[in-house]
Amino acid sequence: MSGPLGRDPGGEPDRPPLIVLCDVTKTYGAGAGEVHALRGVSLVVERGEYLAVMGASGSGKSTMMNILGALDLPTSGRYLLDGIDIRALDESQLADVRNRMIGFVFQGFNLIRRTSAVANVELPLVYAGVRRAERRRRAEAALAAVGLSDRLHHQPSELSGGQQQRVAIARALAPDPAIILADEPTGNLDSVATAEVMELFARLNDQGRTVITITHEPDVAASARRVVRLRDGSVVSDRRQSPVRSVPSPAGEGVDEAAGAVPG
Amino acid sequence: MTLDSLRIAVAGILANRMRSLLTVLGMTIGVASVIILVAVGNGASVVVQDQIETLGTNTLFLVPTSTLNGASGDDTSRPGTASRKIELDDDDVAALSNPANAPDVRGVAPMTSAAQVTGTFQGATYTPMQFIGSTPSYFDMASLELERGAPFTEDDDTQHRKVAVIGQTVATELFGDADPVGESVKFSGAVFRIVGLLEAQGSGPFGDQDSIVLAPLSTVQDTMTGNTGTYSSLLIQAASRDRSAAAEDQILAVLATNHDLEPEAIESFFTLFSQAQLLETGATVTTVFTLLLGAVAGISLLVGGIGVMNIMLVTVTERTREIGIRKAIGARRSSILVQFLLEAVVLTGLGGTIGVLLGLAAGQIRVGTFGLVVDPYSVVMAFSVAVGIGLFFGIYPANRAASLRPIEALRYE
Repeated sequence: MSGPLGRDPGGEPDRPPLIVLCDVTKTYGAGAGEVHALRGVSLVVERGEYLAVMGASGSGKSTMMNILGALDLPTSGRYLLDGIDIRALDESQLADVRNRMIGFVFQGFNLIRRTSAVANVELPLVYAGVRRAERRRRAEAALAAVGLSDRLHHQPSELSGGQQQRVAIARALAPDPAIILADEPTGNLDSVATAEVMELFARLNDQGRTVITITHEPDVAASARRVVRLRDGSVVSDRRQSPVRSVPSPAGEGVDEAAGAVPG
Repeated sequence: MTLDSLRIAVAGILANRMRSLLTVLGMTIGVASVIILVAVGNGASVVVQDQIETLGTNTLFLVPTSTLNGASGDDTSRPGTASRKIELDDDDVAALSNPANAPDVRGVAPMTSAAQVTGTFQGATYTPMQFIGSTPSYFDMASLELERGAPFTEDDDTQHRKVAVIGQTVATELFGDADPVGESVKFSGAVFRIVGLLEAQGSGPFGDQDSIVLAPLSTVQDTMTGNTGTYSSLLIQAASRDRSAAAEDQILAVLATNHDLEPEAIESFFTLFSQAQLLETGATVTTVFTLLLGAVAGISLLVGGIGVMNIMLVTVTERTREIGIRKAIGARRSSILVQFLLEAVVLTGLGGTIGVLLGLAAGQIRVGTFGLVVDPYSVVMAFSVAVGIGLFFGIYPANRAASLRPIEALRYE
């Protein structure tokens, strides 16, 4: 079912943890203007976790998100994603990692303008080299999974904020990534749309998908199973609110739905 | 993947239709102007080629150097020929007309030119550029056709009749739209009856060919140039174009004998013009003209290319965030590069295609005898250069887009 970098919802016992951060630091600038965004963060995230990274602005959570998403490299320390040392990869390999292993959800939705919902969702599959008919099918399935089957050909400007964010989530889901990585996903949404998105994340996690949300909203963090707090570039607390859902229930309807929505 | 890149590029172009349209227009104008201006140049050289055909390629003008220089005493500049002034006379005409001397010469028409002869008709006056006295054979040898009337005859020449054939410009200047045939015009005090009107010749390398009056040799000598027994030039017809070079050698040999000259010295006393040669010089000039037009058009193509680069740079800046998004969801550097390069090439290719169609359509234009002649080579070249310009001027903006760092591009507002 899964490609070489694809997600395996079952998770074999001998596989390495999904994410290992080992004493990761990130420093911007040099000399007097040096800014230490991360000061030695260590973190292990297993498959199937639903993790919220909290912190005030300037705590380093955006830097954390960029590093976890392979958009930026740590200054020192190790980052192993599914056992792969991210710092050893070149630019093209990093692009492939982002493409196949990480599904980004941004605060500002970041859909491509003047491009239909389904074309936006297809885009990561285009870069993955999936054939046209196949990616159309997968994009439609992903949009169905977020409840937007009736908005396939709407452009972002014709959709509400909540709908745009759901298109973005569908886009993140379409390549069947190992992690859904969301950066303040509800920052631009009203309470109704926020509830919808949080529910969607919870459901995806129920289906066995790993979700990491970066947020400063306690409400959003509350729905996660584990909360990591950052302050001044260091982890100050790491609290588990409910057990990791490591193995999805075999007869769970969620799995069937996930398989139908985002086949690997 | 290539087809997908093309789709993405086309979507990018369609996202900003007005701007893309204007960019395409720049390339269209560039490509169309290359094709059209080269076609204009080619059309001009075709006209010259046609003139070569009509003027008769086997005619030669023999002119004494003294006449050419318009003065009698410049022989001092030629060492060893001091104070000798050699003119063409009846002996020359007779010798050249003798097949025993010059087998490749078919005919000789002696000519005398009168300068600054002003014609007057009912108050209208006009000074033609040429006033030539010659024999009736001149018409045939110079391939002159008449629109109205008839050429003067041998009899007119023998009888010294005051008759003349005029060109179109002379007719218009003196008679307006009226038929000049049968009218009488006063040229330098003598009254000439107009017997014929020449067909329009157009402007050639020697100026307006229609500003001409032709009259019998004897009459012109009587009334204007005097009976000096010499001629200002000879119009000579070679047996054929192929024999024209042989005829030239024979003519020079005859002149050497007649005037008792060293063979090497002849060319300092006489000049032989072949009309074909002169017109071929004209053809060379039109080739240079074509190149020049092509170069000017090439500049407009280049300007169009810079327009493409300008727009692509604006596009890249404007779409920085989009590039960031694409990179975040897994676009490789090369995908972004190909996308923007393709956008530039599609813009120039589209402009090139429309330009080619426009150029081909304009190539159908004809104005009188002048028509555009589209050079297939210029079409291929203009189109390839347009696409090449897209690649060349697209590389810098595309590379800039591809080099953007995703986190910075995503932060861009």
